[in-house]
Amino acid sequence: MDETVAEYIRRTVLKIPRAEIKTMLQKWGFLSEAQLQTLNFHQIKDNISQEVVQLCEENSADIKQAAVLDIIYNHIYQNKKMWSVYQMKKSGEELECFDITDFKKKFKGRLRSALKNVTITFKEYEDNAIWIRVAWGTPYKKPNQYKPSYVVYHSQTPYVFICASVLKSNLPLLCQALIVASNYHDIREMELRSHSLDSLKDIVFKRYSQNFQTYCPKPLQGGNVEPESADIRIVQENRSEKERIHRLNWEVFGGGPQPKLEFAQYKLETMFKSDPKMGVLDKKEPFRCLVKFSSPHLLESLKSLAPAGMADAPLSPLLTCIPHKARNYFKIREKKGLFPESFVSP
Amino acid sequence: HLATSLPLPSERDHLRPRIDLIVFMIDIKSKYSLKNVEASLAHVDARFFLGKVCFLVTGVGRVNACSIETNAVCKLGEDYCSPVLFCELELEGIRVTTAQRLLRILQICAGHIPGVSALSFVSLMRNSDED
Repeated sequence: MDETVAEYIRRTVLKIPRAEIKTMLQKWGFLSEAQLQTLNFHQIKDNISQEVVQLCEENSADIKQAAVLDIIYNHIYQNKKMWSVYQMKKSGEELECFDITDFKKKFKGRLRSALKNVTITFKEYEDNAIWIRVAWGTPYKKPNQYKPSYVVYHSQTPYVFICASVLKSNLPLLCQALIVASNYHDIREMELRSHSLDSLKDIVFKRYSQNFQTYCPKPLQGGNVEPESADIRIVQENRSEKERIHRLNWEVFGGGPQPKLEFAQYKLETMFKSDPKMGVLDKKEPFRCLVKFSSPHLLESLKSLAPAGMADAPLSPLLTCIPHKARNYFKIREKKGLFPESFVSP
Repeated sequence: HLATSLPLPSERDHLRPRIDLIVFMIDIKSKYSLKNVEASLAHVDARFFLGKVCFLVTGVGRVNACSIETNAVCKLGEDYCSPVLFCELELEGIRVTTAQRLLRILQICAGHIPGVSALSFVSLMRNSDED
């Protein structure tokens, strides 16, 4: 077995929390159950990984199998990576059946014709997700296995989720291979990024609970605005206001859990508006400014702002449009016209 | 009666008993809370400031999260001639003690303690502050 493969497997196993190593190796399926029985999972990870490497040596593992183990690790710990969403476009209305073998062949063919030194690995999961791992090399160097790109493609949708590696120069090639393989003609990056892959999927596949424009009777009777600290001697003077806020919130955010995003970024290119006598800016140029909201769970915190009394309801549509517009990066420019107001650019 | 700001909604006027004490709660972690209180103060009839108003600053236990200067709050108390109490609601002991203090002040303001009026009580508190 190649030394580099052995080292790669050793390092991959070291990343796995000790309690999870056995299950992950079982999912991998490269080592037999008998071999797994011989492993002592109660020793320090260094020793476990050495033993795993030895077993892989017995089975003559090569980089292909090692790459599959890497995909399995990253599939389980997908939230450690930052994912971007791309949308593909078809030129016409051709309804074709998706053929996975054809897809793989075309993808590999396209990449390899441009770059000989690449390691390409596929793994399919039950939710129709195809995970692709690409390790990039150059015409003169073998692929760097430690900085691969990951792509998640749901074949029934035009969406692709990419965790580009540091090697951004390979991104155009990756995109090209994707559209060729999937029979689309164009791909564009959406302004949507997050660590939570599932939440990104929820947003673009519209799987989160949205409020629809049709009339929906309030799910809770007016009184249940707060969980009951039901001492009847306490009188809430602003009960109707609290109910209004609760209703507005429900209308905007819906009843269910929000997709998990960590930030929203607004790039402002608007004119600085001040008292003309102050003359702060001599030139009439747009005032460039970046506003970034961060949170472990941005949408849930936005949802709780008004009920917590920290913001007025309704919240600015710039904040609440995030899931509907499927974006968390915005550019705000001046509206050119009679009434200068800021508007959101596509 | 709990309210998030003043003025109170007029639709409940007929349901409200006489108001003996107004406690303005300021969360030291929130500048918005202070602004809200300052805006609400404008809606209070001047007669309440003769001992029937008190400021309660909460959250003082979390020193790292303070957004408001204690000077600002103390100045507010001086400007409105009303006492300022500090407490930490997350600690049960302090919560209970503070509640007892407020209850005592309320009893005085409601006239339940013979010989002590709201006004005399608040001047007592102010004199001890200036010591």
